[in-house]
Amino acid sequence: MAGAGLRNRLRAPRFPLGAPSWPTSVPRPDPERKIGLDYDHAWSRKYPARLARAVVLDNVARPAARLLAPATVRGLEHLQHVDTPVIFAANHASHIDTPLLLTTLPVEFRHRTVVAAASDYFFDRTWKSVLWSFALAAIPIERSRVNRKSIDTAAELIEDGWNLVIFPEGGRSPDGWTQPFHPASAGYLGKRTGRPVIPVFLHGTRHVLPKTADADAIAPGGSGTEARHGGRLRRSPIAVLFGAPMTADEDENARRFSDRVEAAVATLSREVHSDWWQARRSLSAVSPTPGADTAHRGPAASSWRRAWALDEPPSRVHDTEWPN
Amino acid sequence: MSRRPGFVLEVDKSTPPTLFWGGEGFTLETLPEGSRVIYAPEPITPIEDPYRAIRHALLHPEGDRDPLPALLRPGMKLTICFDDISLPLPPMEAPDVRQMVIETVLDMAAEAGVDDVMLIAALALHRRMTEAELRHALGDRVYDAFAPHGLLTQHDAEDPANLVFLGETEQGEEVEINKRAATSDLLVYVNINLVTMDGGHKSVATGLASYRSLRHHHNPQTMRHSKSFMDQPSSELHSSNWRMGRLIAAAGVQVFQIETTLNNETFPPNFSFLQKREWEWSLRDRATYAATSGALAKTPPRVARQIFHSIRSPHALTSVQAGEVEAVHALTTANVWAQQGVDVEGQTDIMTMGLPYICPYNVNSIMNPILVACLGLGYFFNMYRGKPVVREGGVVIMRHPTRPEFHPGHHPSYIDFYEQVLPLTTDPMRMHKEFEESFATDPWYIHLYRTGHAYHGVHPFYMWYWCAHALAHVGRVIVVGGDPKAVRRLGFSPASSLDDALEIASDVVGPSPTLTHVHNPPIFMSDVH
Repeated sequence: MAGAGLRNRLRAPRFPLGAPSWPTSVPRPDPERKIGLDYDHAWSRKYPARLARAVVLDNVARPAARLLAPATVRGLEHLQHVDTPVIFAANHASHIDTPLLLTTLPVEFRHRTVVAAASDYFFDRTWKSVLWSFALAAIPIERSRVNRKSIDTAAELIEDGWNLVIFPEGGRSPDGWTQPFHPASAGYLGKRTGRPVIPVFLHGTRHVLPKTADADAIAPGGSGTEARHGGRLRRSPIAVLFGAPMTADEDENARRFSDRVEAAVATLSREVHSDWWQARRSLSAVSPTPGADTAHRGPAASSWRRAWALDEPPSRVHDTEWPN
Repeated sequence: MSRRPGFVLEVDKSTPPTLFWGGEGFTLETLPEGSRVIYAPEPITPIEDPYRAIRHALLHPEGDRDPLPALLRPGMKLTICFDDISLPLPPMEAPDVRQMVIETVLDMAAEAGVDDVMLIAALALHRRMTEAELRHALGDRVYDAFAPHGLLTQHDAEDPANLVFLGETEQGEEVEINKRAATSDLLVYVNINLVTMDGGHKSVATGLASYRSLRHHHNPQTMRHSKSFMDQPSSELHSSNWRMGRLIAAAGVQVFQIETTLNNETFPPNFSFLQKREWEWSLRDRATYAATSGALAKTPPRVARQIFHSIRSPHALTSVQAGEVEAVHALTTANVWAQQGVDVEGQTDIMTMGLPYICPYNVNSIMNPILVACLGLGYFFNMYRGKPVVREGGVVIMRHPTRPEFHPGHHPSYIDFYEQVLPLTTDPMRMHKEFEESFATDPWYIHLYRTGHAYHGVHPFYMWYWCAHALAHVGRVIVVGGDPKAVRRLGFSPASSLDDALEIASDVVGPSPTLTHVHNPPIFMSDVH
């Protein structure tokens, strides 16, 4: 009885104190599109927002990232003399990728970088749009199909002097292995703007914040523990590897350039457990043709074997295998 | 978003409570499921450059009229008449449309070298406007150029020296209008056409007429046979004015008619929730409603009245047309319908309405019980074309406090009408026969009308006649939240709540009546099929 009384008292207030209900006979109009691709994120690049973001990023996010995911960073020397703005093209395994990548960027990049984020996920609610625009300087990108508006926006920002972080896979890897790069992302933007693309490999981030298993992906009759560890932060070391800047050749189209960037990321993936020279050697041994290496995408095998290969302990990894 | 037309909502379980005006306040009422609520169309996008549009209209007149500059010449006698304080409602934000039109006309008159120009407020039997009201309507530039020299006057329907008799129509209607206007080389009439009844020949034939002339159409027979005032072919009031207007034209009075229409943007942004559909109220709207209605409930009526009457409406010009009276008015009527028309299928047993704090006859004044009746039964009931929203023998439920309060300066004869006539009869015909003349010819009322700011002695009768069609049509009128004594004095039934009113109405319309609520503001016209 007491519980029911409390529930009654906590019930949502009635109109006009509460929100009005909608008459059944009146069709609901499409909401005015101010989210998703139509979200106006210009405010997040104004000085007050940049200042507030810099304060949060430097004083909260960076210390927190060091505690949560101590990072081994390699290849920062590639950024020292690069002609900005640049496009960072990274593999994508976790939602934590973006803040971890941003916190490892040198200060001159960190506060002048926007992040391409999936419009259907990060910009599907007003509060999410505001949050991610502020926290990550995120801009909405259509990932399921080619959308001229989102690509134009990204290109304009690059031309306006903003660095761009983009995940050319178009989404987080479902199993940890890298997915094919979308040609209409980093490759196209690099070709269109003529700006350097920096390949980036993020290792171990999926252990910090694993991807939650999709409800649909859980087999009927399963144990119910498939997603037990999904969506929770766990302390785990990571590695961030920056590659050498790449620019599209004049006679190279966006698809070929994209393949080249993907190959560069694959090379970086091999460096995680070896070094640059070993990675180059192993890559040449596997595939003498740049861009033809698909080892980073994992074995074409059943899901458990892919997971098995992915999570092999470093001590058992041969220098020709990747990743771990 | 494009402008949405008006529509009829069928109330269901999900429908939020509906806004009802109630004098200087408002409330939310839950209507029975299956009821209908009629919502007005959204405002028409206004004209971007009103002065340019006005000038264009004067240079490209409708019907058999030359452009205004061609009608102006040195040595001529030019009279510019304009609608009085009763339009628009609420008074609009400056600059008023009258100011914009008259300034443009005067620019042309100055260019043409016209020296003899006089401005006349077309009051008919309404109260004289104050200086502040005239300044608001005309602007300081016009007022200061004309008023100090006695060239800005207000029509006096009781000044025999300044009236001229033009003849009788074929129906025997005497036509007597303002002498200066009738004897001018050109009479320019500036209208604000808030509803389809405004303008046309009514402008001159009523606005500049005397009691002798007005009584031919402002009487119970004419009013009862105007079904409705807003539906011109079905309005006897319209027909009578048209006969008189044509006689005026035949008598040689050159009228250059200028008519303007406004959109229905009635209240400023702070009160914009009043004309929104309730289920679209934003958090801000709801907060404003809660704060305003709560504060108004604790505010003395006198203070609340002052607050409301200080509101200026953001009405904006949607069309202006000028030229020959009938050609102009046909266009104007279509433009008013474009803003206000709502299609309604079938009549209803019960018509509900929330009455606001203002009607054409209490601007900057008090809405007394007679004006409450006139607003509900004379105006809101008559805002239809085809058939009334409520069926014959149905019930009208109005919400208004209906306090027995009167403005002694503006409505002196209303007080006596309320005290002496209404206790004896609410029958318009009996009033007309037994009491009208004594009020109309009372020297004290005439003195107050001519020298003060009082409505003419006969005016409360006209307001009651305005209700004649509704009184003959409906079976009962119920006032929710009204002063019981005052409501009974009007011949209506008082009810303390809408539920009580519906209970009372069931005696007339049965236990399962249909109900239709006319949601205002803004005003609209129901096209009942």
